[in-house]
Amino acid sequence: MKAPVSWIREYVDLPDGVTTEDLAARLTALGLKLEAIEKPGDQITGPLVVGRVLTMEPEPQKNGKTINWCTVDVGEANGTGEPQGIVCGAHNFAPGDLVVVILPGGILPGNFEISARKTYGHLSAGMICSARELGLGDDHDGIIVLPADAGEPGQDAFEVLGLRDEVIEFEINPDRAYALSLRGVAREAALAYGAPYRDPAERAVPAANDQGYPVVVDDPVGCPVFVARKVTGFDPAAPTPDWMVRRITQAGMRPISLAVDVTNYVMLEIGRPIHGYDADKLTGPIRVRRAREGERLTTLDGVDRALSVEDLVVTDDSGIIGLGGVMGGETTEMSATTTSVLVEAAHWDATSMFRTGKRHKLTSEAGKRNERGADPTVTEAAADRVVELLTTHGGGTVDPGVTVVGTPPRQPSIAMAYDLPARVTGMPIDAAVTVTNLEAVGCTLDKGDTGVTATPPPWRPDLTDPFDLVEEVARIVGYDQVPSVLPREAAGRGLTREQRLRRRVGRTLAGAGCVEVISFPFVGDAAFDALGLPADDVLRRTVRLANPLSSEEPSYTTTLLPGLLKAAARNIGRGAGGVSLFETGTVAFPVDRGPAPIYGVDRRPSDSELAKLFEAIPEQPLHLGVVLAGERERAGWWGAGREAGWADAIGLVRRLGTELGVDVEVVSAARMPWHPGRCAQVRVGGVELGHAGELHPKVCQAFGLPPRSAAVEIDLDLLMQHARDVTPGPDFSTYPLAKEDVALVVDAAVATADVEAALRAGAGDLLESIRLFDLYTGDQVGAGRKSLAFALRFRATDRTLTEEETAAARDAAVALAAERTGAVRRS
Amino acid sequence: MSGPNTDYDPVEVTPLKSEEVDASRDAALAAIAAATDLAELKQVRIDHTGDRSPLALANREIGALPPQARKEAGQRIGQARGAVNQALAARQAVLEVEHEERMLVEETVDVTLPTDRVPAGARHPVTTGSELIADIFVAMGWEVAEGPVIEAEWLNFDALNLGPDHPARTMQDTFWTDPPEDHLVLRTHTSPVQARTMLTRTPPIYVVCPGRVFRTDEYDATHSPVFHQVEGLAIDEGITMAHLKGTLDHFAASMFGEGINTRFRPSYFPFTEPSAEVDLVCFVCRGAGVLDGAPCRTCRGEGWIEWGGCGVVNPRVLTACGVDAERYTGFAFGMGIDRTLMFRQGIEDLRELFEGDIRFTTAFGTEL
Repeated sequence: MKAPVSWIREYVDLPDGVTTEDLAARLTALGLKLEAIEKPGDQITGPLVVGRVLTMEPEPQKNGKTINWCTVDVGEANGTGEPQGIVCGAHNFAPGDLVVVILPGGILPGNFEISARKTYGHLSAGMICSARELGLGDDHDGIIVLPADAGEPGQDAFEVLGLRDEVIEFEINPDRAYALSLRGVAREAALAYGAPYRDPAERAVPAANDQGYPVVVDDPVGCPVFVARKVTGFDPAAPTPDWMVRRITQAGMRPISLAVDVTNYVMLEIGRPIHGYDADKLTGPIRVRRAREGERLTTLDGVDRALSVEDLVVTDDSGIIGLGGVMGGETTEMSATTTSVLVEAAHWDATSMFRTGKRHKLTSEAGKRNERGADPTVTEAAADRVVELLTTHGGGTVDPGVTVVGTPPRQPSIAMAYDLPARVTGMPIDAAVTVTNLEAVGCTLDKGDTGVTATPPPWRPDLTDPFDLVEEVARIVGYDQVPSVLPREAAGRGLTREQRLRRRVGRTLAGAGCVEVISFPFVGDAAFDALGLPADDVLRRTVRLANPLSSEEPSYTTTLLPGLLKAAARNIGRGAGGVSLFETGTVAFPVDRGPAPIYGVDRRPSDSELAKLFEAIPEQPLHLGVVLAGERERAGWWGAGREAGWADAIGLVRRLGTELGVDVEVVSAARMPWHPGRCAQVRVGGVELGHAGELHPKVCQAFGLPPRSAAVEIDLDLLMQHARDVTPGPDFSTYPLAKEDVALVVDAAVATADVEAALRAGAGDLLESIRLFDLYTGDQVGAGRKSLAFALRFRATDRTLTEEETAAARDAAVALAAERTGAVRRS
Repeated sequence: MSGPNTDYDPVEVTPLKSEEVDASRDAALAAIAAATDLAELKQVRIDHTGDRSPLALANREIGALPPQARKEAGQRIGQARGAVNQALAARQAVLEVEHEERMLVEETVDVTLPTDRVPAGARHPVTTGSELIADIFVAMGWEVAEGPVIEAEWLNFDALNLGPDHPARTMQDTFWTDPPEDHLVLRTHTSPVQARTMLTRTPPIYVVCPGRVFRTDEYDATHSPVFHQVEGLAIDEGITMAHLKGTLDHFAASMFGEGINTRFRPSYFPFTEPSAEVDLVCFVCRGAGVLDGAPCRTCRGEGWIEWGGCGVVNPRVLTACGVDAERYTGFAFGMGIDRTLMFRQGIEDLRELFEGDIRFTTAFGTEL
């Protein structure tokens, strides 16, 4: 809402010396938030004056242009009273016209200093200004020609042009529809300063009679009040007065024609949207009803619309002539030949307005006010004001008929205890302040001993609850008066175990050189294809969005890898030699348990209702994704670098397992997007956690990643569920260590983990640790075989082991490995 | 070693002549003094105190002397050997020090060589920022609550007093899952976590809920369809706007420094009444609006930074969520984490948060 300050001042006597900034600040403190202050003349330094063109002599120039050598009467503004000689390139004026002159010493927007200078053989002492030069618009077709009565030569042109009239733009919250009018803004200004206020809607209006245009309202809920007035013999060519054009423009609307401008002006003034019909195009009585199935209407914007049975329509004998309260129809639109205007000022049901606007994607100044709730009691005043302005500026006769159908709905009253404002705000607000402030916002009060029953004013449909009244009382007291007090200390239990584990996971990965990223969780077939997922892959079953950002990515993602791989490729593309990225984020899987219920809000849903609600929500596990691409260790003076590979990826999962105290099992697997021979399924307790390993070469290629890039994706929720709750203190022995190294030869296909597990199991309790320290393939073990060298470390808790004991444990380990995996000890 | 020989004239045992012993001793001492490093000294030790050294050989001859001569000879030899050993030890100590000094010099490296073999990792500032915020509240005894991002429409809207005709429920603002009749949305704010908390716990409730939210916004330097919010909710007996102000002032001071507090401006949110917008004293110009003679860039000369929204929980919300609105009052607040980070860390373009460029993220390390 843009409100010219001069217009505000028309209805409220602000104290002397109130600046626009001060006014804006006070109104912001009351809840009308300052967006911007426009100061049209801010960039101009005078003298800027009204001038009358006395003579103009066209002088053709060698460059083909014709300039006008003018003498202009600028009164005493030039200090001499003599006419000012000015060269002007425009031609849209004539001797006798009033123009705007900036004299030498003045400055135009863009810091353009004006001085007397020799040009085209004359001394041009100033400039005749165009609207664009003054920063008043883009009109550069010619200079500004003022109306004949605009002022006297020499008069300050700032006032004449409204350049001193500052405009405050407010952001109006949806609950304060009344502030979408000067009537409302001025009322708040009066409240801010305790200044006298004149309500522009308070005017004597002629009583309703039965000579008015016939109107039938079939749906009084949708249209509680319909007022119709008529003007005949109106001059369609009559111009809109300058002051009205200026105000409409200042308020951010476009002037169109007198009849349209007047309806807009009154809407801005009083807040009541008005519709004007070309009365000569109306046939038969006006009827307000809901649309019927299959009905259509071409609205003023030229769009042919299929109507819903919920839409309120205005009809006459010709059919539908308007979408009530939202937009008129083409057939009865006022035009350049309209001489007879039927003025409609109606109150419409806000919800209905909102739904119709939403359904037809129609936003209009009228709709904005109607859907938020306009004052239902000012329909007659608004219509009367329109009629007055139309006839004042466009001639014609006011038809004596006054149609008023229906009565404004009554505002329900609200009971509130006197101490509620204090209890809610923590400010020391007593009953007297409560009463004063409620009355100040226009409530009618019925004062009791312990509380008050308030009937809100008709322009405040937003006031429905006691807490709404508290806000009214509090904002006038001032939110700056709210004390700052900490609540009592809450007995919190700190972060949950899962929250702490998540931090640990992040720190562990960052500690391992991985950088966290956050990607948008949207996915489409292209990404699934690039990952090489088969058509029936479970990851392709997604939660789809009805209105995705892009039709290419219509789903909530089921995997973090696309985002990570793209981010990795982006980094490589930007010159990174290697990149290790991780992301923790939720993915979603559909549950197909039917729609989520919508319950009422007058009570808490029952536990079973809640369970039903929670059940309908898609599964959203927290995943961890990692991508390792290119250099994992840099080359340097220490030697060569090292490319990331499958082992790094699996190693990270193991590291997380160690950190969280989870036994992560690694088994070989084949799953896209991983390399079928270099992919591990990682498990916990036999349940799949996810996969890790080298990416499939095609996937690297598809995402533009270096060959052998590696990746991880696991269900982090699942991993954390298995995390050790309380870590027991380890029990270790200080007796001497006994070392035994064994080299075992197995088939190349045998998993090292199986051999190790067999050794571990065979070695028994004396085994302290086991570690593979060498892997050999080659001639010495033969084709299709490999040698695994393990370091076994034995220690007893209560004694020094004898050589015999150690050897026996080692032999038992080897024996079990031989039994389980066919391992043969290498000698 | 020769056997005792009583016929043997001690004077004739050449190695035991006093001048011989002295000469051997002096030769040894000279060699010790002349040794310039530990290796030389080792050779000197072998040559002059080893089994085949003159003094050792002489010592061996003592047994050959008649008993009456042994004492004197033994003393002479003993003194000579003692002197040599002492000199050796002293020289050894000196040479060891010299050796160590030399080694330390020789082993000097260029410590300015790069050491970044494994590049450093980092956590995302949105993560660490959320943790920072959570920690501030946990320190006050609050807890951190969470909820799913794909949320029931009822929890995202209805329960929060955003009725069926609330403008925010249009397709223009909210992502809906397909079909929309499933009544599921990508949560448009973290407020459904409030509702979940009230529905599943009993007051007193003090929770913050940081998390990811979605709106169908354009993606530009200050807007993103995916962003992060933190929500706070306190429900207890006797909670007022003053507690809200106190909590936010404390939050502001913890996050931005002592003396940085907040102001309230009346506003409108369906889930709170009264509602307010929270502004933060600009922590760069400390409210002056000017910095070094120019308008402050962080607050654009306002002295205040718009931080978020807040208010007293609307009793309608309490009722829908099963909290006794007669007994309890509450407050709630919400602010953008990304936005907060943008002005706290001086991030110019919101999109930097979501591009995954490691140069951006590593700048923040693992804690904010």
